[in-house]
Amino acid sequence: MTVPSTARAAFDRRERRAALLRPVAVTLKYLSLVAASVVVLLPLLTIFFTSLKTEQEMAGGDTLSPPRDWFNFANYATAFTKGEMLTAFGNTAFILLFSITGTVVIGSMAAYAIERFSFRFKKLVVAAFLVATLVPAVTTQVATFKVVDALGLFDTRWAPVLLYMGTDIVAIYIFQQFIRGIPVSLDEAARIDGAGSFKIYRTVIFPLLKPAIATVVIIKGITVYNDFYIPFLYNPSPELGTISTSLFRFKGPFGAHWETISAGAVLVIVPTLVIFLLLQRFIYNGFTSGAAK
Amino acid sequence: MTDLKTGPRVDPAPAAAADAPARTAVPPARGATWARRLTPWGYLAAALVLLVAFTYVPVANMISYSFTDWDGVSPDKDFVGVDNYVELFTRPDLFHVFFVSLFYLAAAAVQIVVALYFATVLTFRTRFRNLFKGLLFFPYLINGVAVAFVFLYFFKEGGTLDSVLALVGVHPKQLWLGDPDLVNVSLSGVSVWRFLGLNFVLFLGAMQSIPAELHEAAEIDGATRWQVFRGIIAPSIRPIIGLSVILAISGSLSVFEIPFIMTRGFGESKTFVIQTVKLAFDFNKMGLASAMAVVLLAIILLITWVQRRLVPDERADRP
Repeated sequence: MTVPSTARAAFDRRERRAALLRPVAVTLKYLSLVAASVVVLLPLLTIFFTSLKTEQEMAGGDTLSPPRDWFNFANYATAFTKGEMLTAFGNTAFILLFSITGTVVIGSMAAYAIERFSFRFKKLVVAAFLVATLVPAVTTQVATFKVVDALGLFDTRWAPVLLYMGTDIVAIYIFQQFIRGIPVSLDEAARIDGAGSFKIYRTVIFPLLKPAIATVVIIKGITVYNDFYIPFLYNPSPELGTISTSLFRFKGPFGAHWETISAGAVLVIVPTLVIFLLLQRFIYNGFTSGAAK
Repeated sequence: MTDLKTGPRVDPAPAAAADAPARTAVPPARGATWARRLTPWGYLAAALVLLVAFTYVPVANMISYSFTDWDGVSPDKDFVGVDNYVELFTRPDLFHVFFVSLFYLAAAAVQIVVALYFATVLTFRTRFRNLFKGLLFFPYLINGVAVAFVFLYFFKEGGTLDSVLALVGVHPKQLWLGDPDLVNVSLSGVSVWRFLGLNFVLFLGAMQSIPAELHEAAEIDGATRWQVFRGIIAPSIRPIIGLSVILAISGSLSVFEIPFIMTRGFGESKTFVIQTVKLAFDFNKMGLASAMAVVLLAIILLITWVQRRLVPDERADRP
C-alpha cells in the first residue's frame, strides 16, 4: 500500500516543481525564438534600408537608421538597368524552363522504366544512379568542364541546362517512390484497352504524378535559381549572365556603392520571398521529402 | 515508405506477352520481342546518357588526369605517376585547405545542435509557430550571391555588426573579414545562418511525424520535456540526424560560394574547392587540381561508407 502513496508524492513533487519552472522555461523559449528571429532579420533589414537610401544618406554613415524616403527607388532603377538585371532574369528564366521540363520528363521516364519493367542489367542501372548520388558535383567540375567544352557547349545557355538535367538523381527517386504507389492494375486496365507502354506512361502514370512533379519543380527551381558555380564556370560572357553571376558582377563597377549593390540583392531576394509566401506548405514538404530520399 | 502493393508484384511485361497471342492467335514475331526488350532502354536512354556524360566520364577523366602533368590546354600530357598526390600531401600551403574545413565542420556541429533545439521547441505548442518556422527556414532559400553581399555589408567596417555592437557600447577594432584569425569564424558563421533552416525543417518534419498519442501518453505519465526528448523524439529522428551529419561533413569539405564571393578565397579563407578551381583554371595545373578533386571524392565516399556501416538504413533495400 505504501508504493502508490510514495509514487503519488513523487508525482506531486514533480508537478509542483514543474509548475514553478514552467513560466521561466516559457520565457526562455520565447526569448530564444525572438533572438533567432532578430539574427535572421537584422542583416536582411539593413540591406533593405540601404537599398532605399541616397548617396548623401550613405555618406552620413548611420547604418541602422531607416531611409528618409521609403519610396526612393532610384537605386533599383540603377541596379536594374546598369546591372543588366533584365537580361539576367531572362537567362535564368530560360535555364529554369528547359532544365525543369527536362528533369521532369527524363526523370519520370527513367523512374517508369525502373518501376514498371523488368529487364536485364536493371540492378546495374539502379546501382549506377545510386552511386552517382554520392559523387558531389562540385568535386568533378574540373573534369566536367572538359566534357562540356568538347561538346561545344561552353559559354552557351545549354551548358547549365544539360548539367542541371544530368545531375538530378533525386528527382528520379522521388518519381520512383511515387510510381510505386500507383496500382499496377491501372496500367493493366489501360493495356487491355489496347494502350502501348508510352500511352500508359502519358495517360495513366504522368497525370497521377502531379504531386511529385510539384515537389521536383520546387526543389529544382530553387536550386537552379540560386546556383552560382555552374553559370560562373560555364557562362563567362556578361550577356549570358544569370541572376547569380550578374549580381556577382555588381562588386566591380559599383565598388563602394552599397546602395546599388543592396538594391540588386533585394531584387534577387524578392522573387524568392514571394514564392515562399505563396507556396510555403509545398516548399516544406518538398525539401523534407527530397532530402529523405 | 508508400507500400500500397503488399501482394507479389505483377510484372506488366509477361502479362502483356500472355495477352497478345491470346488475342491475335499468332506467335509474336522476333522483331516484336526485340522491340519489347528495348522498350525500357528507350525510357532510360536520356537519363543514362546524361548520367554517363556528366558524372561517370568526368570521374574517370579526373582520375586519369591526376596521374599526369597536363596543363588543361596543350595536347600533350605526360604520365607522372603519383607525383601530384605526393605534392598535395607534402606542400603545406596546399594541405592547409583541410585545416580551413575544420572551421566549417565546427560550424556545422553548432548548426545541427541549434536546429535540434529549435525543432524541439516548435514541436510543442507555441504562439506564432508558423512565423518562427518561416523565419528560421527562409535564409536557406536565399540566393548565395545575395547572402554573400548581405554579409559583406554586415561585416564591413561600420557595417551592421559594428553598428549593433556600438549600440551596446562595444567598439571592436578588428576587421571581421580582414583579420586572418577571424575570417574563417566569420565566414563559417554565415554558413550557419544560411543552412540552419534546412536542418531545422528536416528535424521538425521528422518530429512531427511522431504520433500524437505517444506525446499524450508521455504527458499522462508525467514525463518532463527532457525525458520526452530522450525517450520519444531522439530515437525517431536518428536517421535524419545521420543524414545531416554526412551532409555536414561533405558540405564542410566542399565549401565554395560564400568565401569565394566574400573574400575571393584570399589568404586564410581559401577552401578546398576554391584551391582546386584556382589550380585548374588560373594556374593551368589540371593534373594537380584533379588529384585534389580525387582526394576530396575519396574522403566523401569513405565517410558515406562509414556512416552506412554505423547507421544501417532501412531504405538501403531499394530495388
